[in-house]
Amino acid sequence: MGDWMTVTDPGLSSESKTISQYTSETKMSPSSLYSQQVLCSSIPLSKNVHSYFSAFCTEENIEQSISYLDQELTTFGFPSLYEESKGKETKRGLNIVAVLNCMNELLVLQRKNLLAQENVETQNLKLGSDMDHLQNCYAKLKEQLETSRREMIGLQERDRQLQCKNRNLHQLLKNEKDEVQKLQNIIASRATQYNHDMKRKEREYNKLKERLHQLVMNKKDKKIAMEVLNYVGRADGKRGSWRTGKTEARNEDEMYKILLNDYEYRQKQILMENAELKKVLQQMKKEMISLLSPQKQKPRERADDSTGTVISDIEEDAGELSRESIWDLSCETVREQLTNSIRKQWRILKSHVEKLDNQVSKVHLEGFNDEDVISRQDHEQETEKLELEIQQCKEMIKTQQQLLQQQLATACDDDTTSLLRDCYLLEEKERLKEEWSLFKEQKKNFEKERRSFTEAAIRLGLERKAFEEERASWLKQQFLNMTTFDHQNSENVKLFSAFSGSSDRDTPTLHSRSRQKKPHGVPSGSPVCTSKLTKSLPASPSTSDFCQTRSCASEHSSSINVLNITTEETKPNQVGRECTNQKWSMSSRPGSQEGCYSGCSLAYTNSHVEKDDLP
Amino acid sequence: MNFSEVFKLSSLLCKFSPDGKYLASCIQYRLVVRDANTLQILQLYTCLDQIQHLEWSADSLFILCALYKRGLVQVWSLEQPEWHCKIDEGSAGLVASCWSPDGRHILNTTEFHLRITVWSLCTKSVSYIKYPKACQQGITFTRDGRYLALAERRDCRDYVSIFVCSDWQLLRHFDTDTQDLAGIEWAPNGCVLAVWDSCLEYKVLLYSLDGRLLSAFCAYEWSLGIKSVAWSPSSQFLAIGSYDGKVRILNHVTWKMITEFGHPATVNNPKIVVYKEAEKSPPLGHLACPPPRVAAGPLTSSESKYEIASMPVSLQTLKPAADRANPRIGIGALAFSPDNYFLATRNDSVPNAVWIWDIRKLRPLAVLEQLCTVRAFQWGPQQPRLAICTGGSKVYLWSPAGCVSVQVPGEGDFQVLSLCWHPSGDSLALLSKDHFCLCFLEMEEGMRMAFGQRGDCT
Repeated sequence: MGDWMTVTDPGLSSESKTISQYTSETKMSPSSLYSQQVLCSSIPLSKNVHSYFSAFCTEENIEQSISYLDQELTTFGFPSLYEESKGKETKRGLNIVAVLNCMNELLVLQRKNLLAQENVETQNLKLGSDMDHLQNCYAKLKEQLETSRREMIGLQERDRQLQCKNRNLHQLLKNEKDEVQKLQNIIASRATQYNHDMKRKEREYNKLKERLHQLVMNKKDKKIAMEVLNYVGRADGKRGSWRTGKTEARNEDEMYKILLNDYEYRQKQILMENAELKKVLQQMKKEMISLLSPQKQKPRERADDSTGTVISDIEEDAGELSRESIWDLSCETVREQLTNSIRKQWRILKSHVEKLDNQVSKVHLEGFNDEDVISRQDHEQETEKLELEIQQCKEMIKTQQQLLQQQLATACDDDTTSLLRDCYLLEEKERLKEEWSLFKEQKKNFEKERRSFTEAAIRLGLERKAFEEERASWLKQQFLNMTTFDHQNSENVKLFSAFSGSSDRDTPTLHSRSRQKKPHGVPSGSPVCTSKLTKSLPASPSTSDFCQTRSCASEHSSSINVLNITTEETKPNQVGRECTNQKWSMSSRPGSQEGCYSGCSLAYTNSHVEKDDLP
Repeated sequence: MNFSEVFKLSSLLCKFSPDGKYLASCIQYRLVVRDANTLQILQLYTCLDQIQHLEWSADSLFILCALYKRGLVQVWSLEQPEWHCKIDEGSAGLVASCWSPDGRHILNTTEFHLRITVWSLCTKSVSYIKYPKACQQGITFTRDGRYLALAERRDCRDYVSIFVCSDWQLLRHFDTDTQDLAGIEWAPNGCVLAVWDSCLEYKVLLYSLDGRLLSAFCAYEWSLGIKSVAWSPSSQFLAIGSYDGKVRILNHVTWKMITEFGHPATVNNPKIVVYKEAEKSPPLGHLACPPPRVAAGPLTSSESKYEIASMPVSLQTLKPAADRANPRIGIGALAFSPDNYFLATRNDSVPNAVWIWDIRKLRPLAVLEQLCTVRAFQWGPQQPRLAICTGGSKVYLWSPAGCVSVQVPGEGDFQVLSLCWHPSGDSLALLSKDHFCLCFLEMEEGMRMAFGQRGDCT
């Protein structure tokens, strides 16, 4: 198109001029050309074309124009505008149809071209914008690249610096290490030097001492003497003996005797400790067995449970346990056996406790178990029943007492009654006499019974005392055992001890009974708790847990005893301390002790009086 | 608590007789023996010069007065007041004097530790022991009085000699693997001898009576080592206090360390009770009437009481001078209670505090922080009661039940510099620079009750 523009000569119509102006102004920019085209082609297109063609072709040069066009068209592949030459005539006529076809085709072509141009232009536009975008992107990326490159350089620089620093620090460390080494060497060398010098000086000093010794001691210093009025006897009353080989030997003997005694003493102590520990182990074992045995049925039911076999082992061991004498032998095998079995049982106990824990937590999750509630109700009912019984018994006793008193009253002031009853008939009198003798007999019987009762009571008291002692010792042992357990297990053991505390005399039988599952076989001071025990121990852990809580009361009473036995130090609370402090400071006033003392002693006497009142 | 009147005293020389019947005190060159209960003067002896050392014989029959300046020892008998004995060391000089456990021999150390002279009061015999070592604690008798262990130095090596006290025969003589032996001490059962090195090296050696080395213990190297050593009365434990401010406890079976007690300047353990002595200005309304005796006396000294400090407590510490010898750091004093249950220690860099440890549980039990530097502390011989003095006019007592601060009554300021218990544990002699008085702890029934109650509630 550009070519075409340049071809057009400048001096044409005003319109073309404007076009050329436009074109010259807008310098081949396709878009502007297009817009010009659009501008031009709106209305004056036909005119324009017409004027153009008119300018190209005039009246005079039609022929030439036609031939030129023909030539042009044929070169472009169009059919010739001229008619086909018939013969050798030079002059050929213009073929109108062909011209018209050509024109049409040219127009079609023109339209197509225009369309193509439009497309191309839009595409061009698009491409241009794309290009712009890409250029922007490119610029941005370039910038990014630049910054990252800079960053990288910075980082590299820092890395280098750090490395440098690190190297320096390493160097410093090394230097320090060297320094330390050096200093240590210096210290060591100085120490040796010091020791050497010291030795030298000491030698000199010793020489001087020796010399001094000679000077002082050998010049027969008359002053060195002891003036004593008369010699006193030895503290042990013996006379000093001569130094002979015998005394030396005796001294040696004595020394070895002392050493031997010491070793023997220590050995005894160790033996005692061993025995104590063994006892503890035994006790532990016993208790574990008794604690675990109620549970044995469950594992038996569940044949897959591995503990079943172990528990049967335990039973065997329990059988062995009765032969206590075995444990007195500190034979290796026995020891191993004991420790092994303890270990086994401990494992079982642990797993059991863990199981219990799990179940408890499960129960907690599920809410309260029905069984638990029932057992509590049971318990309450039972207590109610028992209370009722007690009430009835009390009433009975009361009525009996009343009756007795009435009888006694009638018996004692016999004379007055006889006087009063003088008005009775003789028969009645005789009857009364008979009754009287009967009463007397009864009274005698009663007195006899009473005597026997008091005797029995005394016996009972003695027995009870002995039993109490036994119980105390047992509890002590128990407590000692407990200290070897951790808290949770100690609770378990405590629970058991609290129950069987009163019946330790026949623990073996108890164990056998409990193994035989006879709930009535557990004798105890607190029947409620024992019934609970027998009920709940083989039952689900939730109930046994409950049982623990229930047993707290009885445990409490036993724990008092424990505290009496072992003076366990309890952690002092702040308030208590402060109060003691005040007390101390009170006593610290030296001048006011009298008042304080009197106050304290007063308190003491008061308490004494109270004590007197008690019995 | 009752106080006796104040008696004169010089150079802190005041001692109860071992049987607890008498109390001997020195005033310049005079020796006064009093009845320990009535405090009546029973005997008065006059020495030739100022008495510098006083010691009762084990049977409470004789008293030894050493006059170091003159190189003299004078011995007095309580049974026969006219009896006298004077031992003159002459030009050899005298630096130390002590009784042998039988109460019939006197061991005198001459100047420069040239020798030890053993004088017998029974016979004319005199024995000499050469080469005694000049050290912190070079002589030690077993508790039963049978044996004497003596540190010696020959040819730049340390030796220990064990003598039989009955006839002063050498039983064993062995060299110890120490650089510079600083002290020796028998275990109370008399079968083990602890030997420790000077502070330059941390080293404890344990020897059997027959001279076998049982064990050696070294906690660390390079730094300053042992400062104090104490056996527990049961011979079960050996407590070693060192310059690093720690007490290490060895057991008697393996002779290995059981535990280590640090003495941090900040107490942050809620199990420790920190008793802080606090000045109390006017007497508060605990007692209606003010104590008459204090009211009569001058009101110069204010009362003090213990307060329980809340955690964490930071104790007053002393910056040790690094450029001086014998720095004020490390465990300078430690003592077991007679029942083995407690151990009291003092860290010299925390001079105002006494630490009390529970040996049964091997943990700290209490810390007593005083207002002044702790001068001395001593356990009561019968009960676990610790008496502390700080050079002020108060005496402090600790027992597992609590703590008490007691003002010493009397005219003027009675500065308690030292104290010693009566063997029964019922009274306590408080010594100041030139006076002493007795403090009777014997309590009436009511007070004892109160004590018992306190024991229960803590």
